[in-house]
Amino acid sequence: MAIKEKIIGSIAKISGPLVVADGMSGAGMYDVVRVGDLGLVGEIIELKGSTASIQVYEETSGLKPGEPVESTGAPLSVELGPGLIEQFYDGVQRPLNLIEKAAESPFISRGINVPAIGRSKKWDFEPAVEEGTEVGEGDLLGTVDETVLVKHRVLVPHGVRGKVKSISRGSFTVEETVAVITDGEKDTEVAMLRRWPVRSPRPVLQRLAPNVPLTTGQRVVDTFFPLSRGGAACVPGPFGSGKTVIQHQLAKWADAEIVVYVGCGERGNEMTDVLLEFPELEDPRSGEPLMKRTVLIANTSNMPVAAREASIYTGITIAEYYRDMGYSVALMADSTSRWAEALREISGRLEEMPGEEGYPAYLGTRLASFYERAGRAICLGNDGREGSITSIGAVSPPGGDLSEPVSQNTLRVTKVFWGLDANLAYQRHFPAINWLLSYSLYAEKLGEYWDNLYDGEWSALRTEAMSLLEEEDRLREIVRLVGIDALSRQERMILETSKSLREDFLHQNAFHEVDTFASMDKQFRMLRNIISFHHLCKDALERGSTIQEVFSLPVRDQIARMRYVDEKELDKIDDLLPQMKKEVEKLLPEGGMGDVA
Amino acid sequence: MLPKEYRTISNLSGPLLVVEKTEDVRYDELVEIELANGERRRGRVLEITRNNALVQVFEGTTGIDLDSTKVVFMGKVLELPVSKELLGRIFNGRGEPIDGGVAIIPDKTLDVNGYPMNPYSRDYPSEFIQTGISTIDGMNPMVRGQKLPIFSGSGMPHNRIAAQVARQSTVLGGHEDFAVVFAAMGITFEEAFFFMEDFRRTGAIERTVMFVNLADDPAIERITTPRLALTCAEYLAFEKDYQVLVILTDLTNYCEALREISSARKEVPGRRGYPGYLYTDLATMYERAGRLKGKKGSITQFPILTMPEDDKTHPIPDLTGYITEGQIILSRTLHRKGIYPPVDVMPSLSRLKDKGIGAGKTREDHADLMNQLFAAYARGKEAKELATILGEGALSEEDKAFAEFSDRFEDSYVRQGEYENRSIEETLELGWELLTLIPVKELKRVKDAYIQKYLIPKKEAVKE
Repeated sequence: MAIKEKIIGSIAKISGPLVVADGMSGAGMYDVVRVGDLGLVGEIIELKGSTASIQVYEETSGLKPGEPVESTGAPLSVELGPGLIEQFYDGVQRPLNLIEKAAESPFISRGINVPAIGRSKKWDFEPAVEEGTEVGEGDLLGTVDETVLVKHRVLVPHGVRGKVKSISRGSFTVEETVAVITDGEKDTEVAMLRRWPVRSPRPVLQRLAPNVPLTTGQRVVDTFFPLSRGGAACVPGPFGSGKTVIQHQLAKWADAEIVVYVGCGERGNEMTDVLLEFPELEDPRSGEPLMKRTVLIANTSNMPVAAREASIYTGITIAEYYRDMGYSVALMADSTSRWAEALREISGRLEEMPGEEGYPAYLGTRLASFYERAGRAICLGNDGREGSITSIGAVSPPGGDLSEPVSQNTLRVTKVFWGLDANLAYQRHFPAINWLLSYSLYAEKLGEYWDNLYDGEWSALRTEAMSLLEEEDRLREIVRLVGIDALSRQERMILETSKSLREDFLHQNAFHEVDTFASMDKQFRMLRNIISFHHLCKDALERGSTIQEVFSLPVRDQIARMRYVDEKELDKIDDLLPQMKKEVEKLLPEGGMGDVA
Repeated sequence: MLPKEYRTISNLSGPLLVVEKTEDVRYDELVEIELANGERRRGRVLEITRNNALVQVFEGTTGIDLDSTKVVFMGKVLELPVSKELLGRIFNGRGEPIDGGVAIIPDKTLDVNGYPMNPYSRDYPSEFIQTGISTIDGMNPMVRGQKLPIFSGSGMPHNRIAAQVARQSTVLGGHEDFAVVFAAMGITFEEAFFFMEDFRRTGAIERTVMFVNLADDPAIERITTPRLALTCAEYLAFEKDYQVLVILTDLTNYCEALREISSARKEVPGRRGYPGYLYTDLATMYERAGRLKGKKGSITQFPILTMPEDDKTHPIPDLTGYITEGQIILSRTLHRKGIYPPVDVMPSLSRLKDKGIGAGKTREDHADLMNQLFAAYARGKEAKELATILGEGALSEEDKAFAEFSDRFEDSYVRQGEYENRSIEETLELGWELLTLIPVKELKRVKDAYIQKYLIPKKEAVKE
């Protein structure tokens, strides 16, 4: 490969995060450049002749025309290798703890250059192939225990194939050669550290349909609006409706092996909360701290806006890297609206023709290509590994109005929509996901999956619960107009059961130690009880019991407390079934058929 | 070497001027402009190319002419001289004293733009601040390092509430130095005078720094006023260990000024003519609140904004709500009923409350009680709505109890005197007192143990 000559231009114009440099002929689109005497990091986003427009990832104040601009000759890339997990990065993959050290201050100063992955740490590399084996791209070379939860699979790099000439066992830094692969003519030395340009998706062998569920322990999600592995979901909602709490809950409880959390243009204190909380939180499956399988990326709202634009790509590229190892990865982006705003700001400075509400016309394409990087796939390599990325993007529509461009473009590409409702939030009903508004296009496919596990009962229960809630909405309208007395006893019962569904099932307290997570087993049993009780009571009402009798059955209290039953004692929930039967039966002899009101 | 003087202004438009044939000028640099009559104004470089600079003039361009006006680039960004002497002083939106006192002898000078706090270096806010106002302390507790705005409307008593908070705020059991930094942006003299008088009368002025940009001061200075205040706050909090409460009023005026500059620059507007970067710009101010690991001090922000037409979806309150950690919303209905402070507790929210309350911070029952009060008030309001449609007769006994509760809640819990400083104990007890109106079996959000401990004694007292 010919060594490119260094391209050094100079600043011609500065306007906020946008710098225009001339004398840049030869530089490539999206190449990373170092701007000014401070060496601020930037990226070329427009080329006209020898003039390049550069978005700068750091504050530009103090720069002046004439200062040098140097191209690195490579597009914006992330470093990949062991050491990613447990890290806390900014939008362009600089570890925030190292920034603190380098800046010697709690404030982020400029021109700081720190490696994304530690160069001195040694990892124990365990080879998985022997010398002489024929390998192709994506094949497993060896493994490293990255954390107690994550076995890091070191794969043959892209574009490399041939015979393993040598492979070593032992402790290595990420830059040291662990294997040499030869294609007969040329030897390729392979180290653990890789680079990948963030704006290009990493290739897979074959993409698969998303028909395996990703459970989250959140009842309203798993039962009503489920998410599948490799799916894409969006959570739009006005401020104060609990978007971030939902994102945190999913990050904590989703049964993904790796979690990548991108805090994109959000609050600093929120990221600090994640940072302090995740190491303390126990992974429900392994008992280890959640942080041991998490990568955090934070570009808070006051950090440079161009880096915010990049943070989403940094996140998804890291997610793809772990998917390629065969893991199920969940990516949370909070919030994509801030990312879109960053796009708008840069576009405005480039003086591009604006589309709707000042957003650039390519907003939809960019959003779609981001969500398309989610998916379930067979990874490159000879062992048919299956990996997936599930993307969950929060959207912050101005004024909660979903007709705005970011929401609309997101809805076009995501299959799950959890619509947050400010009114539910005011009533302190959390998660404030509106059951009449939300949808999941995976529900049917995943229903089949659960039916296989729960003797075909699952879909029926879910459908009945949904229709009860629909019915409730209609009945409440009647009550609002003409009062509760206009309803028949059966209709009163529907209202009661829907209330129970809402308060005892859909409502879930993220801050309660038991209620915060419900396994599918628990969800199924809870739902079965609520619906069974409804049937029993309906039956009793038909046979003459009064509303008062039914409503004062003591078992109702226990139904309300099912959510606090520990995962280890789920039988207690099942025990309610015979009990409710007994209690309802007791009503009947007194009721009698003749006593119809 | 003397800085070079330019007489090459080529273009004047709104608050902006273009200087040609510039050399060696930096982006964001401070500019001094000398008019023909000797008057000096200051400005800032907004955009720069190889040979000309776009300058935003703080005091406006009135009276500047193209021929005789001189422009000097100062070689530095806007800075604020700081020292502990700032306390007790009043400055204008350029950072010059306007209280007749002497100039500050600075310890150092600081860049007013500051740098973003590293999220890794932040410490999570968790210490309860007692404001003495029940609707805040009891229902939407504020913690040190939080940014909690008041969403108000024209004609509502937000200033009186802000002054009351400034007067009464304390940290429980703390003996730390407390300071108030006050930034007025485009408010009337009357409003500014109200604050100054209030601080003087109560002695709070001694621990207060004021930055005042009045309605008739140049709109452009509104952009720098809050930044001066926050730079001062950062100095006091993180170098001098003060617990700083920053009151910013009125953010709406700030955003208007931002829009003015944006439109003068002919930028592509976002919603309602506000610039597309309004969110980022507001964030660079709001995010300067917080606590840092290893530092004693803290910055708590209490911004005030008047919602145009009381519309919460207007871009200013909307974007603010997405950045700040909750909001206190004032209700015109309550205000009309003559209730002070007219805090609408339902849509108000403090996001950081959970870590700031409970045993060891306020009291063990605080969270449960708060949730119960919310739920009961919501149900009471619903019942009252029902009664207006169907008549009192349609209400069940329980609904009637809840309806009465919500009336009493507004009348005795929400309502309090402007100089009434309720301790958190008093606020909590008052809450339990009100819950006696509701049948015990309806209290589903509180633990039985708390009912036994706090409610039953009150019930019995009522019976006797």
